[in-house]
Amino acid sequence: MNNKTPLIHITRRMDIGRPRAYTYRAIAILLAFIVCGIVTMVLTGENPFDVYKAMFTGALGSSRKIWALLQNLAILLCVGLALAPAFRMRFWNLGGDGQVLAGCIAAAACMMFLSDALPHALLIVVTLIASVLSGALWGFIPAFFKARWGTNETLFTLMMNYVAAQLASFFITSWSKDGSAKIGIINQNTQIGWFPEIGNKYMMFIIVAVILTVLMFIYMRYTKHGYEISVVGESERTAKYIGIKVRKVIIRTMLISGAICGLTGFFMVTAKDHTLTTTMVGGRGFTAVIVAWLAKFNPFTMILTAFLIVFLSQGCNQITTALELDSAFGDIITGIILFFIIGSEFFINYKIHFRKSSKKEVA
Amino acid sequence: MKKFLSIVLALVMILSLAACGGSEEGSSAAPADDTAAATDSQADTTPATDEAVESTFKAGFICLHNEQSTYDLNFINAAKEACEKLGIPYVIKTGIDESEQCLAAAEELVEDEGCTYIFADSFGHEPYIMQAAQEYPDVEFVHATGTHAHDAGIANFHNAFAAIYEGRYLAGVAAGLKLNEMIAAGTITADQAKVGYVGAYNYAEVMSGYTSWFLGVRSQCPTATMEVSYTSSWYDEAAEYETAKALISGGCVLISQHADSMGAPRACEENNVPNVSYNGSTISVGPNTFIISSRINWVPFFEYSITAAMKGETFDADWTGTIATGSVEVTEINEAAAAEGTQAKLDEVKAAFEAGTLHVFDTTTFTVGGAELTTYLADVDDDGTFTGETEVVSDGYFHESEYRSAPYFNILIDGITELGN
Repeated sequence: MNNKTPLIHITRRMDIGRPRAYTYRAIAILLAFIVCGIVTMVLTGENPFDVYKAMFTGALGSSRKIWALLQNLAILLCVGLALAPAFRMRFWNLGGDGQVLAGCIAAAACMMFLSDALPHALLIVVTLIASVLSGALWGFIPAFFKARWGTNETLFTLMMNYVAAQLASFFITSWSKDGSAKIGIINQNTQIGWFPEIGNKYMMFIIVAVILTVLMFIYMRYTKHGYEISVVGESERTAKYIGIKVRKVIIRTMLISGAICGLTGFFMVTAKDHTLTTTMVGGRGFTAVIVAWLAKFNPFTMILTAFLIVFLSQGCNQITTALELDSAFGDIITGIILFFIIGSEFFINYKIHFRKSSKKEVA
Repeated sequence: MKKFLSIVLALVMILSLAACGGSEEGSSAAPADDTAAATDSQADTTPATDEAVESTFKAGFICLHNEQSTYDLNFINAAKEACEKLGIPYVIKTGIDESEQCLAAAEELVEDEGCTYIFADSFGHEPYIMQAAQEYPDVEFVHATGTHAHDAGIANFHNAFAAIYEGRYLAGVAAGLKLNEMIAAGTITADQAKVGYVGAYNYAEVMSGYTSWFLGVRSQCPTATMEVSYTSSWYDEAAEYETAKALISGGCVLISQHADSMGAPRACEENNVPNVSYNGSTISVGPNTFIISSRINWVPFFEYSITAAMKGETFDADWTGTIATGSVEVTEINEAAAAEGTQAKLDEVKAAFEAGTLHVFDTTTFTVGGAELTTYLADVDDDGTFTGETEVVSDGYFHESEYRSAPYFNILIDGITELGN
């Protein structure tokens, strides 16, 4: 053992109270905005207050923007809800993008090729089933390999994203009728296979997200499945000891995770985009990981974290337009703010000891 | 302890800096609010017109990528120039996907920015712009490279493009002269005069582009052949770079491209292979290899259509720019790379275009499957069948961009080989 105490060492803290945790988070956000302000001034010479103003008007500046924000929030939340059970089980499902895209591909295929064969209502049902099954399949494959042969699910799910993206690219090229590798709006004139609008075109997704949030909360908190998921997540051995079939839980949870992703893909295609592109999921499968983790997998807290991220991205979009900056600048701002927010979680969970104040050795 | 102290000191300094920054921000907050309009003018040039009607006019532009893309840069520069000339405010949205994002951008420009003239620059934006045109009948929507406006019957939806095949041909002539110079210098034999082309996708806009360019090359260098390779993306710097390199190592001695990054020009400069560009000069990355570039100058169209929209007049549903309108241009020749006498030859060819004595797709200058093209039904109208219905060969040439602004020449002619990728 080394007798010399290191300059800094870190211990886990269990004692932090809620008020203190929220104070840390508030300080983090404040610091983030100050740093963003400095970065903005240094890099662009813009007044930081203009930047913040553009951010707010971009996210909440008009009723259309608020609706769009709510819709984007709903989509991200749906993906986050899909990932939450898998992550709670400590199954690193980084394949959200691919699972949603698999659902999108299936939905687009149904809309394009079954629109003449089936009546409208039935077509929507068939599309829904196809999307959910495709998403579930994309979740099932890595889960099966993990359960059976102990493969690394992080890499596996990640790679499944690329498979889905390439498949989408392949289908788009082969379905595109003029060689331009664009599908365009599917059934633009007939609107066959389009999910009916409720209220306005943004509303549908919001309703779906609300229902899913409640269901997922109940599922994780009050059902036997939910309990099994958390036990497997805490310790596989404990789970085995108390008679939980770990393999079954892994596969079942990933089927659910993938199915909800597929469902999200279904609504993205039939209720929002009405097309298929390789970029339509737009990394939400990864962003949703932040949403789920920051919220500690609590579906209701996830509404807040998803709001934060959607607010940032929509606001940053406006910054680049209003101040004529490169679109990369918005990403820099988002990155800084997320860095501080995630960083604050570190200070909430761990305590840093400097040499003098510490008598303990590092474990 | 010293280390710890230095960290603390550093932190204090950073924080005090932040505090300074903060207070500065605070003191400038009031004037910043007062000059909100002025700061907005970064994006919106304040109108200099006297008419109240015109001063409310605002144009919105939707671009697929940002200024890094030569294609979008060409639009962005033209949009700024035209709007500043007309003295109207404008908003440019960059990085808008060819997806529902395009519709959302159009809605934002109309509802939140108050634009009454919207322009979108990429082929895949079209269905969304059409939908937006139907949603907002009082706003004029214009889409470049699109194919539907001439027969869609939507009064406020327009397409525009230019007879850029003439510009491509001119650029091809410059390339052909370069090949001749290389043959004369003994760098290559006449049989080795193989050129390479990096294309985005294999559809009419790209095929028409490379065919007209190649016909220009072959008009000067009769032994020229061409290989085409696709990247399946409009902007993929790595893929364009690698594709150009692969063409070069496959024996291509001159490269041109129809994809929007600096990838191909960079590969050419590194391998000292002459390059002909599209959309604008790429001399910044290819000072020794860039010869010339053809481009569409969008300023004349923007001025024409925006002026009409401002006055509330109708304008063409489908507009084709020409050399005469100032829409089809070639950039300045880079003397460091171009063959001698290029400018004189280009002037001659350009004069022939303007006189109407020269046609790019003259059917006596190329064969398809070994035979002369005497008839071709092009898919000009959108009847949902994706089959040709319009006869476009007559008077001894293929009438490109005459029945519709967007190109419809999609025939693979002899001498050009498409490489699988």
